[in-house]
Amino acid sequence: MTTPVAETSQGGAAAGAFCDQCGRPADGAEHPRCTARRELEPPRYCPDCARRMVVQVTPVGWTARCSRHGERSSAG
Amino acid sequence: MAHSRTVTTTQSDILSTARTQVLEKGKGLSESQVLEVLRLPDDALDELLELAHEVRMRWCGPEVEVEGIISLKTGGCPEDCHFCSQSGLFASPVRSAWLDIPMLVEAAKQTAKTGATEFCIVAAVRGPDERLMTQVAAGIAAIRDEIDINIACSLGMLTSEQVEALAAMGVHRYNHNLETARSHFPNVVTTHTWEERWETLRMVREAGMEVCCGGIVGMGESLEQRAEFAAQLAALEPDEVPLNFLNPRPGTPFGELEPMAGPDALRTVAAFRLALPRTILRFAGGREITLGDLGARQGLLGGINAVIVGNYLTTLGRPAESDIDLLGELQMPIKALNDTL
Repeated sequence: MTTPVAETSQGGAAAGAFCDQCGRPADGAEHPRCTARRELEPPRYCPDCARRMVVQVTPVGWTARCSRHGERSSAG
Repeated sequence: MAHSRTVTTTQSDILSTARTQVLEKGKGLSESQVLEVLRLPDDALDELLELAHEVRMRWCGPEVEVEGIISLKTGGCPEDCHFCSQSGLFASPVRSAWLDIPMLVEAAKQTAKTGATEFCIVAAVRGPDERLMTQVAAGIAAIRDEIDINIACSLGMLTSEQVEALAAMGVHRYNHNLETARSHFPNVVTTHTWEERWETLRMVREAGMEVCCGGIVGMGESLEQRAEFAAQLAALEPDEVPLNFLNPRPGTPFGELEPMAGPDALRTVAAFRLALPRTILRFAGGREITLGDLGARQGLLGGINAVIVGNYLTTLGRPAESDIDLLGELQMPIKALNDTL
């Protein structure tokens, strides 16, 4: 299953209950280091449940799989 | 005034020496000479980069070798390389993953589509086990069935039987980084030694594969140790040196180190070129963090003659087309398949 996700630049999904970089609640709170990191990082945590995802980076993209919420990818 | 005259004389001395010794005669700088280069002030940086570029053009030519890399086995590594998010010993967010053969072939195709002629298959392991060797053999055969690209591997420390097996599979180059100066290595890795890495490199050369060996700068080493590392690489005489800049990874022992300053990174590029005038010197990981978008241009005009395009093993890079467009703009042709620089 591939779930389309909202993109911010090449890397990562910003929308969701949890930060995809640090796994902490998003809560509308600012995560300046995560925001900066997202430019060159794929998502690491599921934005829906904060589980660590299995991430595969390829030369031109990435896929990230949550055991509960399925797969996301840079292709959307 | 006297002090500033001294500095000026010293910097002009080492650049003038490098011009005669490296540019004209093709003899790399020694450890102590590299250290002098690394100590040059920022106002000598442009002149230094220009000289390193002249050396690269004179001894390597204008071609640039373009490579893509892929992680075949990610995370869960038993080693404790302090810079690495794939060690299973640290609280890194990177989880273990295996790439299947169809996805490996797809990654090779993506790489070839960028114009790259090199594709490196990497695994986060101490050394390959039977399962990994089988997967690599199957992956190489599947890639060769579909596309024409040079295949390199980076699978950690090897036995002599594994070296022979990889050579028989047609792996043309093997990457195994010494990572840092011998004197600094115990501060970076404690689960194996620098000498163990050297032994794998020796066997790789003996088996007829090209040797790819570089490392990461900005891991807390002193300038003296950086110069030591350049000299140790020069002694190894590798075909390729990939030069990475530390990208501090969350959860690793080096996670809180500051990225290297841009001028230091560029000085290091030029110094390594002057130590290794004929070697393929590849811009690798961390350049985006350390040098930003401008860094690609500055590096390619300061001694670099090879790049990793697109993404890295666990992090993202500049879009491949940005680097390819830049090569066109700089009139630096991509090295053709099976050419030797």
